Amino acid sequence: MPRREDIKSVLVIGSGPIVIGQACEFDYSGTQACRVLRAEGVRVILINSNPATIMTDPDFADATYIEPITPEIIESIIIKEKPDAILPTLGGQTALNAAMSLHELGILDKYNVELIGANVDAIRAGEDRQSFKQLVLDAGADVAKSVIAHTMDEVLSGAAQLGYPVVVRPSFTMGGLGSGFAYNEEDLRRIAGAGLQASPTTEVLLEESILGWKEYELELMRDKADNTVVVCSIENVDPVGVHTGDSITVAPALTLTDREYQRLRDIAIDIIRAVGVDTGGCNIQFAVEPDTGRIIVIEMNPRVSRSSALASKATGFPIAKIAAKLAIGYRLDEIPNDITKVTPASFEPTLDYIVVKVPRFAFEKFPAADATLTTTMKSVGEAMAIGRNFTQALQKSLRSLERRGSSFHWGEQTKSKDELVSISKVPTDGRIVTVQQAMRLGASIEEMFEATKIDPWFLEQIQYINQIAEELSSADKLTEDLMIFAKSHGFSDIQLAQLRGRTEEEVRHQRYEAGIRPVFKTVDTCAGEFPALTPYHYSTYEQQTEVRPSASRKVVIIGSGPNRIGQGVEFDYSCVHASFALHDAGFETIMINCNPETVSTDYDTSDRLYFEPLTLEDVLEVIHAESQSGELVGVVVQLGGQTALGLAQGLEQNGIPILGTTPDAIDLAEERGAFSKILDDAKLISPANGTAISLEESKVIANRIGYPVLVRPSFVLGGRGMEIVYDENSLEGYFDRIADQAIVGPKHPLLVDRFLDDAIEIDIDALFDGEQLYVGGVMEHIEEAGIHSGDSSCTLPPITLSDVQIDRVREATLKIAQGIGVRGLLNVQFALAHDVLYVLEANPRASRTVPFVSKALGITLAKAAALVMVGKSIAELVAEGHLPKQDGTHIPAGAAISVKEAVLPFKRFATKDGRFVDSLLGPEMRSTGEVMGIDVDFPTAFAKAQSAAGSALPTSGTIFISVADRDKHQVILPVRRLSQLGYKILATSGTAAILNRHGINATVVRKHSADDQAPAGPSIVELISAGEVDVVVNTPSGSDARKDGYEIRAATTAADAPIFTTIAQLSAAIGSFETVIAGPFGVRSLQEHAADRRALLA
Amino acid sequence: MIRARDAVLVLEDGQVYTGVPFGKEGSSLGEIVFSTGMSGYQETLTDPSYAGQIVLQTAPHIGNTGMNDTDAESDRIWVAGYIVRDVSRITSNFRSQRSLEDDLLRDGVVGISELDTRALTLHLRDVGVMRAGVFSGDEAKRPVTELIELVKASEPMAGRSLSDIVSTKEPYRVEHEGEYFGKISILDLGIKRSTIQNMTARGLDVIVYPARSSADVLLSENPDAVFYSNGPGDPSTAESQVAALREVLNKKIPFFGICFGNQLLGRALGFETYKLAFGHRGINQPVLDRTTGKVEVTAHNHGFAVKVEGGEVVPSPAGFGQVKVSHICLNDDVVEGLECVDIPAYSVQYHPEAAAGPHDANYLFDRLIEMIAENRKSKVN
Repeated sequence: MPRREDIKSVLVIGSGPIVIGQACEFDYSGTQACRVLRAEGVRVILINSNPATIMTDPDFADATYIEPITPEIIESIIIKEKPDAILPTLGGQTALNAAMSLHELGILDKYNVELIGANVDAIRAGEDRQSFKQLVLDAGADVAKSVIAHTMDEVLSGAAQLGYPVVVRPSFTMGGLGSGFAYNEEDLRRIAGAGLQASPTTEVLLEESILGWKEYELELMRDKADNTVVVCSIENVDPVGVHTGDSITVAPALTLTDREYQRLRDIAIDIIRAVGVDTGGCNIQFAVEPDTGRIIVIEMNPRVSRSSALASKATGFPIAKIAAKLAIGYRLDEIPNDITKVTPASFEPTLDYIVVKVPRFAFEKFPAADATLTTTMKSVGEAMAIGRNFTQALQKSLRSLERRGSSFHWGEQTKSKDELVSISKVPTDGRIVTVQQAMRLGASIEEMFEATKIDPWFLEQIQYINQIAEELSSADKLTEDLMIFAKSHGFSDIQLAQLRGRTEEEVRHQRYEAGIRPVFKTVDTCAGEFPALTPYHYSTYEQQTEVRPSASRKVVIIGSGPNRIGQGVEFDYSCVHASFALHDAGFETIMINCNPETVSTDYDTSDRLYFEPLTLEDVLEVIHAESQSGELVGVVVQLGGQTALGLAQGLEQNGIPILGTTPDAIDLAEERGAFSKILDDAKLISPANGTAISLEESKVIANRIGYPVLVRPSFVLGGRGMEIVYDENSLEGYFDRIADQAIVGPKHPLLVDRFLDDAIEIDIDALFDGEQLYVGGVMEHIEEAGIHSGDSSCTLPPITLSDVQIDRVREATLKIAQGIGVRGLLNVQFALAHDVLYVLEANPRASRTVPFVSKALGITLAKAAALVMVGKSIAELVAEGHLPKQDGTHIPAGAAISVKEAVLPFKRFATKDGRFVDSLLGPEMRSTGEVMGIDVDFPTAFAKAQSAAGSALPTSGTIFISVADRDKHQVILPVRRLSQLGYKILATSGTAAILNRHGINATVVRKHSADDQAPAGPSIVELISAGEVDVVVNTPSGSDARKDGYEIRAATTAADAPIFTTIAQLSAAIGSFETVIAGPFGVRSLQEHAADRRALLA
Repeated sequence: MIRARDAVLVLEDGQVYTGVPFGKEGSSLGEIVFSTGMSGYQETLTDPSYAGQIVLQTAPHIGNTGMNDTDAESDRIWVAGYIVRDVSRITSNFRSQRSLEDDLLRDGVVGISELDTRALTLHLRDVGVMRAGVFSGDEAKRPVTELIELVKASEPMAGRSLSDIVSTKEPYRVEHEGEYFGKISILDLGIKRSTIQNMTARGLDVIVYPARSSADVLLSENPDAVFYSNGPGDPSTAESQVAALREVLNKKIPFFGICFGNQLLGRALGFETYKLAFGHRGINQPVLDRTTGKVEVTAHNHGFAVKVEGGEVVPSPAGFGQVKVSHICLNDDVVEGLECVDIPAYSVQYHPEAAAGPHDANYLFDRLIEMIAENRKSKVN
């Protein structure tokens, strides 16, 4: 049964912006699908609103639509492109939900478009809890006892029946959003209330508690001939109670006998058959009671999932690629195994190594949030490591997190054993280290099992690591045997140094002297049974290495590690593009990364892939292994974010050539004094500033330059620890807050800048080859300076800047590029206040906006940058067609406008008392992803961006206005227009008084229940919670911004209503309200936009 | 923590690996093979087909779930020696009764661990399986040249007969479960408990006979079918069993064979058997059932295979009519199943009883029942 000839074009639905629970693993799966389909000669039409993705690169589809993923837009695309089929199983829950909407609205039938990969019945059967439960029981398996509820009354009676604690799971939400454990009625009312709201079908499931059970997942694939394989088994080290995305997980399962494992496999196969997934993959989760072996099926996803990406990287079996082939009619036995080439895909991978995945959290960005891990996913990224045993894989994975304290350590421990055991009872970020510390102080396996329910096997492995550490520190001499032994259990040079009271360099030197180096093994799907043709490697300390010598000229690209806020898929985009460009230019590309969600860790992306932690030690070893043959041209560090950049100095000190901008030049941009000199020489100015390493010094500077001041630690990404400080009190508070983070010190001084009120912020991405500057794009932020650029929406081309102003930006950028000595990419941020151009900061590396620029203007900056780094000039790149003739400085009138909007995760983070954290934007970045709207004018592009970001503007309804005093004069015009457009205006008494005076009809509502000045009736918070407010405008006032209006914003977040927290945003949006009222959006592909641009320039 | 690496593994081609000893102290000689299953080490160890072999597990952690009384495929561990990357230091499973170490000591099996098992696997894959020896304690202190000589002097697997060693000495009977369906005679060449369980669960009374039993003995209780089990050794040495099988086939008594039994059916039908370079040992092998066109993921453990050339259906060289190659391995096209067109007989090279491994091929026991039923019908007619 070869591929279906009737499918000639397929619409692939992407997953939209990166959010918690749905991250760049869907860029990986979607990119694979697009590649496979095109290779099969299928015309690929793609919709995804996320410009940072690799899949939305115009090269990966025949027609690429960066448009909001809504049924209306998809219908427009269907009308225009007439696809034969829609593939919705590779774009996460977003794509699956979109497909279900299309079906329910009759759009699929109307245009005779077939769903492939999964059918409507299968999606329903897998996702609807009641029907799924029946399927499981029919398969002879068990489910947790449960009750379905649609109202709070049903919830309460259900819980009475099951007994507390109960698990609450809303139907049809992704990443476990809205689910949790209720230990009492109060918990239950809160969790189930939110869950009913979060569920599109107003349905929650209440379940008996299986807290503490062992948790497993199986990844399956099935073809239409009913051939089914289990690609991978995954065991959660953290037992049931912690979302699998937040758990440390291991592959393969390690604590099941064959009988128990085969039972899971039998159940899984029965379920995939019963659900009817017949051309694709699915993921099934199980709980196993530790002392009886009773098996409960938790849930299944009838699509490619986050775990599928992990399983693909863990086994070498490319689930998304195979799923795409199955969707167009192939059978598993007709598809060759990519890695062996000679055997078919209708087999089950077998591993001769252990894979450990660890989550990466961002609680430091949300200090008010409750950091307890629950069944709602909260992690923002993950790292994976491969080792030849569990201890090695675990230790490698922990150091892959690149986070202080994430690795096991044996330094000072001030807490007692009992305290540590007690702390470890609550699952939190870093619990594994608490467990290790407790065991180090003598806690037994039994004690720790009692506290954590982590399987004793894993606990014993941690105890083993502690015992080895003890031997390392107590041995008279660090012998070669001992060193090899420690290395084979994953100890890093840093850990050895700590245990021996030496420096990392000393340990490394001793190791090199003894000739102790890792070998590199291959991920081959078959435990060595067949030769592997794909160089996908990991390190271990054994006898034989499998790195094949090659005579090529090699370039090593360092990836960006686990996703975190401030460093995500955008950097992977740049790394992947560099790899493609350098490969095409004849280099052998070598990728090092440890993030299983990414395209860069697809073994198809680079010539060689090393799945390794991005620490200096691990990177040096890969480079050493690759230096044994061929010619190492150099290492690319400027594309992998701060992770890669942070390795530059260390690599250079070890004699490794760094491509592009030198490490010294990189430091020039970061080091305040040196950078000031560059600006002075170029006659550029920056806001008055100073650097301090203590509170006292900071106060002196702040008093000199005047409040408000912007404070930020140097050498951080994503505005970590960045705040606007309005007075001395707040400055003291700031130092208190950062005290335990060690982000400010003599080596990393605090930058204190005069904060520019009401300035326009401008971002520029450019390329410099030493002589010529090539501008990728000039972006104007919609929010004023002070909101982190990653959280701010921006527009390309700028919408209010004059050509003269843009030329000044360009000129300043050129001077900075020359001053720093950039070879490659440069991003500069400016603030324009009262027509004075201030330089805020310059980063000689790929910025977050590189992919946005490439999608908006068709300028592939990352590829060009890679080629500049290996010596090409910009003139050559233009001549060879790698870059358009005209750069992105000035965009011709009539060209499309692109708006980038940030997507924020506030809804994922609740405080201890169950409310959402504050949604105010600030200088510290907190967004997880972004979307893009592109159209002929700004209002439409902005409206599209809002819609794509999940806060579509309503065409009618009620708008609530409450603004700070300083904003009151600016709010009048926009609100007048909204009122004219027919929106009903609500306002607090102060704002309403001013609006009424201007003849705008605004109804007064109570700010809170104790508000005496307002008429009786529900408060605004109550109205928002009841869903009676469609848009909220709330600007916080003054220094106490965080308290003011917090309840309003939290309620708005909970109600999923659009919120504007700056007047700039609101003003920008006014035209967009008009646009949405005027009618549906048009759609246009990137390829068409590119043709438009060529026509304009011709 | 760090333990002396004073165990030695010696291959007949002169390769030497050192590692940490476990199990019994001493020496063991045998054919070194690798098994790629990630679960089911207890089933592997107790599978009589591994008699005479030193088994390398490619999965790095072995022993995690301990040993129990229910998962064993026979009364003892049969492997000659055991090679493992990391032996579990504790057992963690609610059914665990003993540790791996306990059972290895009980049955006197020498083991070696903490060596580069992947390098060894790749070596065996590239050059083929061979003789080897595992040495620990005083045995390991002998000069390597002496150890290599010992290995070279050991009996090679090709031409080796092991059926008598693993087979039951006396016949025994296992009663059916549920509704009675019929009776089957099993020639025990190294049978696994799961095979018997799969038959009794389908209503069959099972009578298990020693490996040297004649056709008359096998047919003495008028069974509905005869079954040849899996087992160790070179099928070309099993002449008496092949002769007995031909008698069974001539009488058109329904026949089913697994693994070694498949090889013997092949030989009885007049085909040759041959030794594979490194065999199939694992639980992830894709087999195509040509009857249904479906692929099943199956458990394998065989170093020999039947050679059938000339197409999907060929005449039996020994005159038993047409023979269909019913199953093939999709990895390397090795013959995995035979089905006689003109007489009631079929067999598979792999393990429908699994244990360890997936249950995809379990339907082959249903086919046994169907074959018996059809045979009854044709007799009535």
